[in-house]
Amino acid sequence: MPIKTPSPSVFRPKGGVDQSILHEHKALIAEIDRRKILRGAVSLGALTMLTGCNVTRTDAVQSVLKRISQFNDKVQELMFRPNHLAPTFSEAEVVKPPRFNAYYDIEDIAPVDVASWKLELAGRIDNKKPWTAQEIYALPEQEWITRHICVEGWDYIGQWSGVNLRQFLERIGADTKARYVSFKCADDYYGSIDMASALHPQTILATKYAREPITDPFGFPLRLRTATKLGFKNPKWITAIEVTNEYRGGYWEDRGFNWFSGI
Amino acid sequence: MTDITINSTDRHPARLHPLALRIMHWLNALAMVILIGSGWEIYNDEVIFGWLHFPRWMTIGGGPEGALQWHFAAMWLLMINGLCYLAYGIATGRFRRKFLPIWPREVSATVRDALRFKLGHDDITHYNAVQKLLYVGVIAVIIVQVLSGLAVWKPVQLSELAALFGSFQGSRLVHFIGMALIVGFLVVHIALALLVPKTVGAMITGGPAVDDDAKNG
Repeated sequence: MPIKTPSPSVFRPKGGVDQSILHEHKALIAEIDRRKILRGAVSLGALTMLTGCNVTRTDAVQSVLKRISQFNDKVQELMFRPNHLAPTFSEAEVVKPPRFNAYYDIEDIAPVDVASWKLELAGRIDNKKPWTAQEIYALPEQEWITRHICVEGWDYIGQWSGVNLRQFLERIGADTKARYVSFKCADDYYGSIDMASALHPQTILATKYAREPITDPFGFPLRLRTATKLGFKNPKWITAIEVTNEYRGGYWEDRGFNWFSGI
Repeated sequence: MTDITINSTDRHPARLHPLALRIMHWLNALAMVILIGSGWEIYNDEVIFGWLHFPRWMTIGGGPEGALQWHFAAMWLLMINGLCYLAYGIATGRFRRKFLPIWPREVSATVRDALRFKLGHDDITHYNAVQKLLYVGVIAVIIVQVLSGLAVWKPVQLSELAALFGSFQGSRLVHFIGMALIVGFLVVHIALALLVPKTVGAMITGGPAVDDDAKNG
């Protein structure tokens, strides 16, 4: 078979293809398309296989999803408006008592003994002297009636009061340029938030709900209440606060929930 | 070499569905399957309707934390791909050519023909009035779906947007209804595509050659 000139493909036509040839072979083209339907059907079928099966278990997929979740942390940091207040509500809309949620049932809570309870301070803080409940409850209070939103999808209006976290951090000489504020709790729950959210005007260390000391199931004697994050980012029964540049994760975050979880 | 004349227009005739459009269509299909499947799993964690739970076998994520990861990954694919599609449709004039105008009397005539089984499928290069209405409609629903999704995700940072949907549960309800409308569209879309299989082939290979914009309608 003599080849006249070197060509990228032997199937390439020598001359330009006339548009009319394509039109003449319209039926043939349609025939080829029909054959490819099988291929299409296979991809469509494969797509439906995504449901039901636990794709999340595969390590590679898992790590890609984790990286996207970390990317979403950064996006949320950029979206965060430090001085933008969450909508507030009237006292008439407050739900009493608030809705309970933890990784265990309400019957299984272990009330904190307030007499021996202390708030420990650690990390980038000048004055690490522990605080008693009495000392904390004597601090100036701030009240916010805001919406509590759970990652599960429910919400309620809550009326929380306590010391503003920014004011508390300034009082104890915390490094507010540090990246994280991390919390340890009387149960084995733990969590951490970004500094910008910690310094938000509506972030408080809550001691009261609806003007009454918070009750055992809701974090007595001290819990975090921030209007800019999902419910699980508000640790209850806090026993220690650390200001740090180290990422500390959190109970649910270490189980796959998004860390920033801003709202 | 001299006897080879290259005329790209002739060798690569314009197809009914250009390559870029086909890629965007299937990426959107992938994003939709992931978003709907994971959305059902997220919904199951706190149902809106007591009678409605989605069986585990038809959801994606294996639990709320996995489902949320899938949902907030696929949202990027949907949004970026969707923005490319809108820019493409507007810039190339494809939306105007394919979807407009939509006349109510053409819609009712098409519905009448369909009910009498008189609807022609020979020419897949032109959409009938009902198709136009459904395609424009589902694009609008997906845009609202992205907005209500953002309102559910960021009711405080995007409080101005969230206010449009009323309360937080209002945003959730709109997001659920949007899903239901998209699923309804998909049932019709896939059923009709399978009834006229050459449309599926066309969305894979590009379909018949089309001459120019004028003839393409």
